[in-house]
Amino acid sequence: MTTPLLIAGVELSSRLFLGTGGLPRTSLVAPVLEAARPGLVTVSIRRTSSLAEGGLLAALRAAGVRLLPNTAGCLSAREAVLTAELAREALGTDWVKLEVIGDERSLLPDAVELLDAAEELVRRGFVVLPYTTDDPVLARRLVDAGCAAVMPLGSPIGSGLGVLNPHAIAAVRAAVDVPVVLDAGVGTASDAALAMELGCDAVLAATAVTRADDPVAMAAALRLAVEAGRLAHGAGRVPRRAEARASSPLLGLIS
Amino acid sequence: MTITCNGEPVAADAATLADLLAHRLGDTRPHGVAVAVNEEVVPRDAWASYRLADGDVVEVVTAVQGG
Repeated sequence: MTTPLLIAGVELSSRLFLGTGGLPRTSLVAPVLEAARPGLVTVSIRRTSSLAEGGLLAALRAAGVRLLPNTAGCLSAREAVLTAELAREALGTDWVKLEVIGDERSLLPDAVELLDAAEELVRRGFVVLPYTTDDPVLARRLVDAGCAAVMPLGSPIGSGLGVLNPHAIAAVRAAVDVPVVLDAGVGTASDAALAMELGCDAVLAATAVTRADDPVAMAAALRLAVEAGRLAHGAGRVPRRAEARASSPLLGLIS
Repeated sequence: MTITCNGEPVAADAATLADLLAHRLGDTRPHGVAVAVNEEVVPRDAWASYRLADGDVVEVVTAVQGG
């Protein structure tokens, strides 16, 4: 079996992290969690006018999962820091998935605001897991700022395009000495397996599960894919060759 | 007294944050909720004593589905 994943000294039970955004109904939370058995589960922080919205939190608490609040939708470091502070107060965790996006169309990280927010949150005692681009230089800057992990995107949020630049993800993995979590873009099981084969330490998927025709089946598929990819990474794949190489003996052929 | 709560102007007769939460959410200490006033988080234990002032900008948030 694969070795456990440690982030900020905490051992997580799985290398699959799950986002809850997009599930068509709260009643799916329990069976999806049962199928995925995720190491972390993300939630967002939003204005509330009714405690009826608390059904999600009750379901997550009942499942005993570790929560990772995000700062999704924040466009500035100032907004992200306040959102993280609110999340810490509401949920009692100082872990945060830091998202600071540049615009609402691309949903791509704003590198400048992201680094500013990361520095400030680390100063305030947060365990910061930043959603970032697949840029090894920015990843290193985030680690220098004290981030506990980096979460590069495989492709844009919700696109399901998978890992568009495997070489960049491998370069991020090589550039930092903290866990690398492939975040965003996973569309199906093979995307998650590829990310793990590239050396990622974990995969976060939301849309791939929550908007699948059968979220429970896809949750199970991603769990298996992450495990398979991790094992394959450790096993060491054969080099790619331009030409064939027989796997059966050449000696003793009948003639 | 008028405050802004979650982006909307509210003619508040609430004296404290706990009063405001009771009025809006039916609970003075709702679970899984956090509150900021003028961009500063007010800890749960201070809600009952925190006195609202005219013009305060209050945010009341909770956890929702997110990726």
